Amino acid sequence: MKKTFTKFALAGLMASTMIGGAAAEDTIKVGILHSLSGTMAISETTLKDAMLMLIEEQNKKGGLLGKKLEAVVVDPASDWPLFAEKARELIEVNGVDAVFGCWTSVSRKSVLPVFEELNSLLFYPVQYEGEESQRNVFYTGAAPNQQAIPAVDYLMNEEGVERWVLAGTDYVYPRTTNKILEAYLKSKGVAEEDIMINYTPFGHSDWQTIVSDIKAFGSAGKKTAVVSTINGDANVPFYKELGNAGIKAEDIPVVAFSVGEEELAGLDTAPLVGHLAAWNYFQSADTDANAEFIDTWQAFVGDDNRVTNDPMEAHFIGFNMWVEAVEKAGTTDPDAVIDSIVGVTVPNLTGGYSAMMPNHHITKPVLIGEIQEDGQFETVWETSGTVVGDAWSDYLDGSKDLISDWRAPMSCGNFNTATGKCGGSGS
Amino acid sequence: MRSGETFDDKFIQVRLPTLTRLFKAGGPMSLLKSILVFFCLFAGLTGQAFAQADAESLRNLVNELAKGKYAETEQQIEALVATGNPAAAPVLKALGVGNLYFRKSDNAVFIARKSGKTFVLTDPLTLEPTGEAGKREIKKIKVNNKLRRVVRAALGSLTLQAPDPEVRRSAASAIFKAKDPDSIPALNVAIAAETDDGVLKVMEQARAAAVLNSDLDASDKLAAVATLSEMGNRDALSLLIGLQSTAEGDLRDAAVSAAAKIEKSIAAWDTAQNVWYGLSLGSVLLLAAIGLAITFGVMGVINMAHGEMVMIGAYTTFVVQELIRTSAPGLFEYSLLIALPLAFLTSGVIGIGIERGVIRWLYGRPLETLLATWGISLILQQAVRSLFGPTNREVGNPDWMSGAFELGQMTITYNRMWIIVFALVVFAALMLVLKKTPFGLYTRAVTQNRRMAASMGIRTPWIDALTFGLGSGIAGVAGVALSQIDNVSPNLGQGYIIDSFMVVVFGGVGNLWGTLVGAMTLGVVNKFLEPYAGAVLGKIFVLVFIILFIQKRPRGLFALKGRAVEA
Repeated sequence: MKKTFTKFALAGLMASTMIGGAAAEDTIKVGILHSLSGTMAISETTLKDAMLMLIEEQNKKGGLLGKKLEAVVVDPASDWPLFAEKARELIEVNGVDAVFGCWTSVSRKSVLPVFEELNSLLFYPVQYEGEESQRNVFYTGAAPNQQAIPAVDYLMNEEGVERWVLAGTDYVYPRTTNKILEAYLKSKGVAEEDIMINYTPFGHSDWQTIVSDIKAFGSAGKKTAVVSTINGDANVPFYKELGNAGIKAEDIPVVAFSVGEEELAGLDTAPLVGHLAAWNYFQSADTDANAEFIDTWQAFVGDDNRVTNDPMEAHFIGFNMWVEAVEKAGTTDPDAVIDSIVGVTVPNLTGGYSAMMPNHHITKPVLIGEIQEDGQFETVWETSGTVVGDAWSDYLDGSKDLISDWRAPMSCGNFNTATGKCGGSGS
Repeated sequence: MRSGETFDDKFIQVRLPTLTRLFKAGGPMSLLKSILVFFCLFAGLTGQAFAQADAESLRNLVNELAKGKYAETEQQIEALVATGNPAAAPVLKALGVGNLYFRKSDNAVFIARKSGKTFVLTDPLTLEPTGEAGKREIKKIKVNNKLRRVVRAALGSLTLQAPDPEVRRSAASAIFKAKDPDSIPALNVAIAAETDDGVLKVMEQARAAAVLNSDLDASDKLAAVATLSEMGNRDALSLLIGLQSTAEGDLRDAAVSAAAKIEKSIAAWDTAQNVWYGLSLGSVLLLAAIGLAITFGVMGVINMAHGEMVMIGAYTTFVVQELIRTSAPGLFEYSLLIALPLAFLTSGVIGIGIERGVIRWLYGRPLETLLATWGISLILQQAVRSLFGPTNREVGNPDWMSGAFELGQMTITYNRMWIIVFALVVFAALMLVLKKTPFGLYTRAVTQNRRMAASMGIRTPWIDALTFGLGSGIAGVAGVALSQIDNVSPNLGQGYIIDSFMVVVFGGVGNLWGTLVGAMTLGVVNKFLEPYAGAVLGKIFVLVFIILFIQKRPRGLFALKGRAVEA
């Protein structure tokens, strides 16, 4: 029994290396590092499929530099240290030229040293807390100034909100984002007692106390709103409780940064109409490019009801930027691509263009959408142009003096303008 | 309402020839008659013309909604309300819920409802069906939260005198929320005419809210404060606190004391509310743990795949609802009742399969059981993920499970209430099975003294399998209930496995009453800690508390005594 197993395993290994060896000659390999099992599979599996679709589409157009693209998919299984191992495997064993992947900030932090050491490229497609700029990483999701700050501005100006509940899951993204938001709100003259900050564990499912706290906090004679950085699965019971407790968007609106079309797919949205989300893309965006993207996606997964979401658009932009930068450089060599990708501009799906900035963040429009009965968002407000992603927040001590510019001669991710030195502190 | 207009046009065309004929008839008598008739007709005609002009202008106002952005829409709504015409109410209602569309070709406004790939159009004023339109022919009139508020207030003032008391009540509460001083005259009229005491109260409260917002005398406002003080809930408190920052003198004092009084009563209710939340959390814990109390507590199997049995129960609910949605939508309200036995059977059969296939080879080897069942839990999760996809699945709440009602100053949501009831029913049923049926007798016999039971002719392997199946089936039933409050994803079970073990160990292994008391205690303790310590710290405190408790009483709250323990 044991022997046969070893034999099989050996045969499997040989077969895979042989395929790898034969294909290495005429394909460019692209690594996909998204969890296909474990807690994050719920969000990340979709991104794996989106990448496969983008690669297939590019191959239909004739590939890249005359070669076909080949996707290498690995499963880091929502296990953060495994992300680093799988990233190393992708780069060293499979020899990929660029990796598209990660969702949670902790998984990104875990792979950073690997990409630095092996000098490869990572395209990170999810909105994150900022306070980071790495030479080998391209942040195609939103920085806080491309999502959180405009959302708060919207509530303040359009809805007249004066009292704020900052509710989040207890980990690095909500904590940093809320720190930035708190500093921002105070700079706008919001008093300490008008801000309530609340953290819950991952996968929190009993929201009764918090929802009733929000209700109580909202009955102090001032317009109240909830800014939610609640992540992943915890959102469904949260919104169910909100709906059942009768908290209407007209009275206490909730604006979420981690709730997209995909998350709403598991919910009856009728009681939630009017609650908000801030993203850089909604499936409801009324452009030809978006209609084509949705059609291709639904045909690719063979499901007419599958939704698209913001991180998918981020991969769409990131992938096209990489393709263009490789074509510009004429090679897939990481150093050449890092030089050529800054300034590359590609169309996004909301009718504009996104450009890669020297700080390895991109320009994006900011959209505020309200949840509709059919589980889609309707854009109720958007920035007039695109917003440049800011790696280092202007509202935090210790990061407001920092800038990032990866072009020569500066080539620094955290240049301190106060001391004039590269390598200032960041959290 | 094109059809309506043509009707009016025809009406006039018919009338005019009649008039001319009358004049031609001649004769003094007939002249007098005809003058009379003429006047009557004229009056009728002008009335008709006015009504027509009204309808016409209303239609124009409605069609205006097709133009402009949010700010313009707001003005257009105000113009509609200014007509005071109740015919505008359905238009506003449709606008508020996002069913109002306009046709791109001629900017005509319709109420549209999606049916399949097309939209069914209804005339917004006559409410008669006017055909269908494709998705690309019509466009939705966008509303945001601000507009929804405006619509809500507008509907309030338009429907304040509606015949249905429920409509009047919701109209009054809409005005309460809008606190628009302009609605005071309308409220006065409505209050004078109101016959229903309950509605009258809501109207007076709405008037009080509007009065506080107006520039009426201090005496009026003092009366309003008294009304709100009597109302005594958070909404009233919110208004009174708001008043404190603007009012002066007596009024301010009255507001402060009224607010203090309300705060005191709310604080008392808060304790009751916390107990309720605790019981609700406890009932969820009980549901999740009760199956484990059998497999782990009674049989002593460390079953790490227990959470997955819950998950399978939840997915069974999903499948049942999907089937109902496609084949018999009328049964949706009963979907949970239909899902219950099916979930019990599915999880139970899978449980028996696991027991027969894996666990029975591992009795007496707890570490290996733990690892094997952990492996099974991963296999089940991945199987469900491949079968149903990694994303959340929507399990709908039937109407009787949605919404909430107020009990004093407490808000009680229906789904939580039914889950408490359900948990207790499941518990009672399980007790009954174990204490009053032959199967329960055999189970107790086998777990207390296996060899003696075997000697008495009980087929112990089958009792093992069936007991494990019973525990798993109960977990599946719990999944049906949990699908109503949590998300149905492959990870559903993982969130409950630790809590379940905690409850069983705390309550006392082998004792179902211990599980009940343990679950409720942990729930209430957790909910009393949460407001002070926060959800994260609260959970940590509960864990520390249990660890300390187990140090003191290793066998849990209700320890089994006697020879069974030694066996």
